[in-house]
Amino acid sequence: MASAPHIAVIGGGSTGIGIARDLSMRGLDVTLLEQGNLTHGTTGRMHGLLHSGGRYAVSDQASARECIEENRVLRDIAGHCVEMTGGLFVKRPEDSEEYFQEKLEGCRACDIPAEVVSASEARAMEPHLAKDIDKAISVPDGAVDPFRLVAANAASASEHGARIETHSTVEDLIVEDEEVVGVEVEHASGAGERVHGTEGGREEIRADYVVNATGAWAGRIGDMAGVDVEVRPSKGVMTIMNTRQVDTVINRCRPKGDADIVVPHETTCILGTTDEEVEDPEDYPEEQWEVDMMLETLTELVPMLEEARTIRSFWGVRPLYEPPNVGSDDPTDITRDYFLLDHAERDGLEGMTSIVGGKLTTYRMMGEEISDHVCEQFGIDAECRTADVPLPGSEDFSVLRDYMDEFGLRSPIGRRSVERLGSRADEVLKTDGPNPTVCACEGVTRAEIQDAIGQSGSDLNAVRIRTRSSMGNCQGGFCCHRMANELHDEYDEATTRAAWDELLEERWRGQRHALWGEQLSQAMLNYALHATTQNRDNDPADGDPVDFAAFDDGVEPADGSPRGGVATDGGEYCGD
Amino acid sequence: MAIESDVLVIGGGLAGLTSALASARVGADTRLVSYKQSTLRNASGLVDVLGYTPAGEGPLTDPYAAIPSLPTEHPYRTVGVERIREALSLFDEVVPNYRGGHTDTNALVPTHGGTIKPTARYPAGASAGLASDGRDVLLVGLESMVDFDAPHAAAHLEAAGVPFDVRGVTIRFPGDLRADAKVTRYAKLLDTNGDVAVRGRNRPVREALAERVNAELDGEARVGFPAILGDDDTAGVRAALSDALGAAVFEVPMGPPSLPGLRLEDALFDALDRAGGRFETGNPVVDSDGEGRIERVYIEKNGARIPNSADQYVLATGGLVGKGVDSDRGRVYEPIFDCHVPHADDRYEWFEGEAFGDHDFARFGVRTDEDLRPVGGDGSVEFDNLRAAGSVLGGYDFAAEKSGSGVSISTGYAAGRRAAQEAQ
Ligand SMILES: Cc1cc2nc3c(=O)[nH]c(=O)nc-3n(C[C@H](O)[C@H](O)[C@H](O)COP(=O)(O)OP(=O)(O)OC[C@H]3O[C@@H](n4cnc5c(N)ncnc54)[C@H](O)[C@@H]3O)c2cc1C
Ligand SMILES: Cc1cc2nc3c(=O)[nH]c(=O)nc-3n(C[C@H](O)[C@H](O)[C@H](O)COP(=O)(O)OP(=O)(O)OC[C@H]3O[C@@H](n4cnc5c(N)ncnc54)[C@H](O)[C@@H]3O)c2cc1C
Repeated sequence: MASAPHIAVIGGGSTGIGIARDLSMRGLDVTLLEQGNLTHGTTGRMHGLLHSGGRYAVSDQASARECIEENRVLRDIAGHCVEMTGGLFVKRPEDSEEYFQEKLEGCRACDIPAEVVSASEARAMEPHLAKDIDKAISVPDGAVDPFRLVAANAASASEHGARIETHSTVEDLIVEDEEVVGVEVEHASGAGERVHGTEGGREEIRADYVVNATGAWAGRIGDMAGVDVEVRPSKGVMTIMNTRQVDTVINRCRPKGDADIVVPHETTCILGTTDEEVEDPEDYPEEQWEVDMMLETLTELVPMLEEARTIRSFWGVRPLYEPPNVGSDDPTDITRDYFLLDHAERDGLEGMTSIVGGKLTTYRMMGEEISDHVCEQFGIDAECRTADVPLPGSEDFSVLRDYMDEFGLRSPIGRRSVERLGSRADEVLKTDGPNPTVCACEGVTRAEIQDAIGQSGSDLNAVRIRTRSSMGNCQGGFCCHRMANELHDEYDEATTRAAWDELLEERWRGQRHALWGEQLSQAMLNYALHATTQNRDNDPADGDPVDFAAFDDGVEPADGSPRGGVATDGGEYCGD
Repeated sequence: MAIESDVLVIGGGLAGLTSALASARVGADTRLVSYKQSTLRNASGLVDVLGYTPAGEGPLTDPYAAIPSLPTEHPYRTVGVERIREALSLFDEVVPNYRGGHTDTNALVPTHGGTIKPTARYPAGASAGLASDGRDVLLVGLESMVDFDAPHAAAHLEAAGVPFDVRGVTIRFPGDLRADAKVTRYAKLLDTNGDVAVRGRNRPVREALAERVNAELDGEARVGFPAILGDDDTAGVRAALSDALGAAVFEVPMGPPSLPGLRLEDALFDALDRAGGRFETGNPVVDSDGEGRIERVYIEKNGARIPNSADQYVLATGGLVGKGVDSDRGRVYEPIFDCHVPHADDRYEWFEGEAFGDHDFARFGVRTDEDLRPVGGDGSVEFDNLRAAGSVLGGYDFAAEKSGSGVSISTGYAAGRRAAQEAQ
């Protein structure tokens, strides 16, 4: 063993990245392996609620307590990823009074600040709530940006020496004498940042310990070493609206149910969700009834949603775990708590632990617990510091106001850049050249895109999730080519073209579930911009050679004679 | 009392304007009403006739040759090749600053994304840029203009195998325009040849711009700029730059807001004015009266509904982009007359899985009889005196085929002519 044990963490979602940060801050040598982009899995497809714990205050109080505790921690360490919107549990006349009281008492029992507000107070806070609501309970729910949170954790882990490999799939575990001693990795494009068209390759990475943080995929990693990890993947839909119809998280105050929450997120609102068990976390039906149900049911709380414009829908898969002896039939009964499965104790397989279940809100706590466990294996006594040391971008939040002044950022665009970048604004936005806007919907400037390219290789989807560029109303219609233009400064044309194509396809995918009304018109406009104006659907660089000589070269006949057989007089109509 | 005319054209895009022109020029009393700015604001300003077949063959050299084998529901099959030729002749006559009319053969125009695209008519300002011209090209981008990256476009054109050397450079536009300055800001400055401050000295902008480009020029015979070279006096701006650079100057068409598209819209409104057509913009047609025959339509103006009546009507309200075709979760419809728009009941059949798939939605629109009159689901004519033209028509995917303006101009022409003929 070298000076510090080497830990391989599999999975680049919130759980894996939280572990990588924690272990590297404790001085361990960490390699994190992710098959796609960071947040490729459930983390990139979640609802964005920073739980107060209120949702679990009746059914699952252990989870509720963890949530409120971490809710407070994240406000401190990740201020630039969190927006404290506050939340309401709204009771309609047909919802049970008894449950309302249980919710209130449950919150209080779990130390979640909760107040009853009257219907008129609630409507004063959120004017678009239905007129006939009874009352509500206010709680400290918030909105959290999972992309920014993961990117900041990755930056911190890298600063502490961790190696973060994206587009690197663990194909197998190396097992020797009933001990996991490493992983076999397939790199899609060579080690390091992803660059399109770079030859990938296989790498054998030896590790002193392996942490399986692959969420809904955890069972597959288990299979590689012949151990069972019974994850029960359960899908949920989320539907994104074009504006913020509400500025507060709106929950329906009734026992578990589908379509019962609206979360404001940046410039949008996200409606959710459903809960359906699926077989395969990568291949499951995305169904129309789910989208329809979001709009129809949530209209009972916020009537204007009926008429509002939907920009896309997406699905995520919850990595729910249930200890073998419980056997719930309904996925909504499965606990939202997390479990640490030490395969040595459980299965007699040394060298690996899996962590499954949980929530994004509690990612840091999960990271702490598993890092304690890993350190214990090596008799290392190192304190966890992740609850105290702010993430890059959240170090000194008071500086934000200064930046606003310094960069003359009174415009909404500047304000939003600074909110996204937090205390990194200075380093990112101070450029020599002009700093034009690349994505007007989300207010993303060139400097932010360039900064993200520096962290993402040639992967424009990775740039997208770091900056939100192309994620607004137009869904990339106006800015995909601009993002490609920004990439071309550093990468050659063929690499850029591949990344651009990939971005166009990704942007198309989620929009498909919102294609009616305004968004269908937008889709047609986007299609025309890309196919008609830019002819990207018949890109000559991708296809057969073009016989240029066979086309008009602009030279008009010297005698100015008109084409044969054509009426050029615009003359009389000659009938049909 | 309703406002009256022989022919009332609803919609002021390419189709509506061509329709009104065709009608006014044969002497019919013609009015055009339009709500908002047309799709030309978004479009490149190129006039495509047909660049690819529906099966994706292309780029086609001769668009006319491919038309007889298009599917029968295609609007080109309804109007026929002769009508398309007549319509383009009218276009060539009223929009004299367009080129391409000297030949049936398509031209390949460089796009701002660095591809090339087949088109039938192009603004004079784009003509020195054609990809079949063998002279070398220098593309010039502006540091603060994110829509056009000249080195990227040049590299992309090279990958497309263009028969000349092409290089891209990025310069800073002289003066201190804001980083997010609008294209019209550049255009106005160049139109007026206004002064800009360069190293503390005031100089006319055309001269200052040419000087920066001259420093980069390495013997190329052609220089391409993004389409910002003036609005009122584009020829003047181009000539001045051309003189100063000793090279032919051209514009690369751009995305919205598209100056070439807006210039074309202006030219057509001027032509309509000259032909004696009347027009009114800013208010939508919202409703109509009449069974089997339209008696009047209602225009909403400051909350009031004002009746307008005519003998013949032309529906040229555009497609999904222009809002002549609209949809909700359950159906696709034409909002004014509720003309039948064929579509699958399940909205998940409206599109394909890939961004450039063979999307149904791209072909949404009304279907017509041989006389361009919208027909219902059973094939019968919906209104005796209503014809449809342009993007409101279905049965073709202009984006994949590169046929948008050609269909709008030819169906607009045919519908306007027929309406005028019927009214007289
Ligand atoms: C619909 C829905 C809504 C939710 N809403 C909320 C919410 O509002 N608030 C909240 O706190 N929580 C929410 N959650 C829960 C939360 O999103 C998840 O608990 C959390 O994101 C899980 O993170 P993870 O890192 O464990 O899993 P993932 O994010 O899935 O990470 C696992 C990663 O492992 C990678 N991987 C898998 N196999 C391999 C391999 N062989 N090699 C390399 N990499 C591999 C995957 O690509 C993936 O990126 C929601 C979940 C869902 C489904
Ligand atoms: C992004 C883009 C790029 C394109 N690029 C090209 C290209 O390079 N080459 C090419 O040949 N074609 C191109 N096209 C296609 C071409 O621009 C269109 O086919 C053409 O402009 C459509 O003209 P139109 O008159 O049918 O409809 P529109 O231009 O959409 O005009 C419809 C008009 O009707 C008005 N209207 C709608 N409803 C009402 C109402 N109720 N009452 C009154 N008025 C109403 C609208 O306000 C609008 O002014 C492009 C299209 C797009 C969207």
